[in-house]
Amino acid sequence: MLKINNLHVKLEAEDKAILKGVDLTIEPGTVHAIMGPNGSGKSTLSYVLSGRDGYVVTDGTATLEESDILDMEPEERAAAGLFLAFQYPVEIPGVGNMTFLRTAVNSQRKARGQDEMSAADFLKVIREKAKTLQIDADMLKRPVNVGFSGGEKKRNEILQMAMLEPKMCILDETDSGLDVDAMKLVSDGVNALRDAGRSFLVITHYQRLLDHIKPDVVHIMADGRIIKSGGPELALDVEQNGYADLLAEAEAQ
Amino acid sequence: MARAELTQDATEARIAALDLPKGGKWATSARNDALARFRAMGLPARRDEYWRYTRADALNQPTATEASLFDSRETMVFDKVDRLRIVFVDGVFDAAASDDLSLAGIEIERLATAAQADIHWAKDLYGVLETRGQTPVKRPFAALNSAFATDGVLIRVTGAAAKPVSLIYQRGSTQADAILHHVIKLEKGAEMTLLENGPAAARFNKVLEVDVADGARFHHIRAQGRDHERRAATHIFAQLGSESQFKSFTLTVNGILTRNEAVIEFTGDDAVAHVAGAAMGDGDFHHDDTVFVTHDAVNCESRQVYKKVLRNGAVGVFQGKILVKEGAQKTDGYQISQSLLLDGDSQFLAKPELEIYADDVACSHGSTSGAIDMDALYYLRSRGVPKKEATDLLVLSFLAEAVEEIEDEGLRDEIVGRLTGWLARRGG
Repeated sequence: MLKINNLHVKLEAEDKAILKGVDLTIEPGTVHAIMGPNGSGKSTLSYVLSGRDGYVVTDGTATLEESDILDMEPEERAAAGLFLAFQYPVEIPGVGNMTFLRTAVNSQRKARGQDEMSAADFLKVIREKAKTLQIDADMLKRPVNVGFSGGEKKRNEILQMAMLEPKMCILDETDSGLDVDAMKLVSDGVNALRDAGRSFLVITHYQRLLDHIKPDVVHIMADGRIIKSGGPELALDVEQNGYADLLAEAEAQ
Repeated sequence: MARAELTQDATEARIAALDLPKGGKWATSARNDALARFRAMGLPARRDEYWRYTRADALNQPTATEASLFDSRETMVFDKVDRLRIVFVDGVFDAAASDDLSLAGIEIERLATAAQADIHWAKDLYGVLETRGQTPVKRPFAALNSAFATDGVLIRVTGAAAKPVSLIYQRGSTQADAILHHVIKLEKGAEMTLLENGPAAARFNKVLEVDVADGARFHHIRAQGRDHERRAATHIFAQLGSESQFKSFTLTVNGILTRNEAVIEFTGDDAVAHVAGAAMGDGDFHHDDTVFVTHDAVNCESRQVYKKVLRNGAVGVFQGKILVKEGAQKTDGYQISQSLLLDGDSQFLAKPELEIYADDVACSHGSTSGAIDMDALYYLRSRGVPKKEATDLLVLSFLAEAVEEIEDEGLRDEIVGRLTGWLARRGG
């Protein structure tokens, strides 16, 4: 599904390398988690993959189902099936959540050469999906993320994911700012989308989220590289012992 | 030669190019008074404080500069709205194109006809609200208008008007210099909606005087025509009785020169006045909102919400004032003027002013200039919305606070529909 090869990235504004050779292969239908200390480059990886300005790829490749995504515009990557659930969803006053979602869904359909979804069909689908995420009609009508609580913003991200039906979902610290109940709700929303043709990359600081969204593979990222990969037990190890041993181990190599 | 003499010459040349319309006693007296007022103040010049950001040359010269007609091939705004249509072509009433002027709850007369009478109710308002609005800031084009306006409508609202009254200003000639003056008197508890749209003339001078009596409600939605080369100076003078409501929204797209002045005065307690504007300019565009709200009563609420989207060297001006007089306690005044600069060539000049002589008031103001929010743009694009559509959505988002001042959902949708259509048709 997603194949990242020797990815090197620096900031555009200053000559500072953030990613220093990331290698990562995510098979269809699998869930990968990335953990790592602050400043290790986890969020940068999600931004670079989704096409945010301000980063320069100095080496390496990233392909989504064999297509090179690094040369694409952000909207082209989205249409190709990539989705990033933001750590800090952006507020857009004056644009209704529903209008925004319909514009997004139809833009992607158009880019893929499909017919636009009619207003009636769209309404039917969104109502159903919103219900399972406990998003009420008022939240759909309100301007995008304006006045939403932290939990509502994250649920709204998952609703977008559910509506856009991407192939490759990246969740950037979706658990930050969520209470226990909200985390369960969001995780249920994510789990409902798991299927053989869809992959997930879950970026998190805490093992707790991985109790709800069970990963197939866990990676530890430090200083712009993936230093260790393993099964779910790796996350438990980090939770108990912290990163110190892993970092020392990586240093020694 | 002294500057004053130069101005005087220009003022006399401006007067000489116009004919004082003939009429009955009340109108003749009002026109003569207005002419005297105009002579005394003279045409504006760059040194006048309220004309520092906008050059009045094209408005000062004796004749209108030629302005080519703009064929947008669009249906006109409000076409789907059930309304009473009153059409002016190049500033001349077009009876054939207009509806019958009778409507339940309302009396409508042409100024050209009513001015022939010796006595008319409008004599207490025509040029009177304008005169009140001349202090402390002089507004010479309004006085010029009261003297020389050839036509317009005089509307007396006694109940709830059965449907909106729609003034449609069409153009036929490239050189028309139109002067229209409307007076609206809303009696106690009355309510009406006034719509205005169209480019009007190569040069357009319009005054709207509105007297909102106790408990009356006035709604005003205006869409200024898209002709690129047209020039306009418009004034709204409103006086609000107790517990009355005044809401005015203006949409402006294109126009080489537009100066919209709104002068609002609270004379009764517990009244509400909201004035708002959304303007979009691309290239040769100069748009000036000059607003003056005077609180001279207790517990009144005023809002000024002005938003401008500027690109390719377009210029936006905002001069807004809230004056709270002594004794106007519990005043709630709000003023916001913002511009979205889509490139580095555009310019926004703002002069927000508060002058407060009461001690128990809440007044706030803000003025900003900014570019498109890159985080929001990235967010939209990451959801698959192409850059141009995403930018358009953010432009609508920026204008929303002003557009939301339109209370009626159907009319608001008309305006949003216009904006969406224009943005979509405009190239990247």
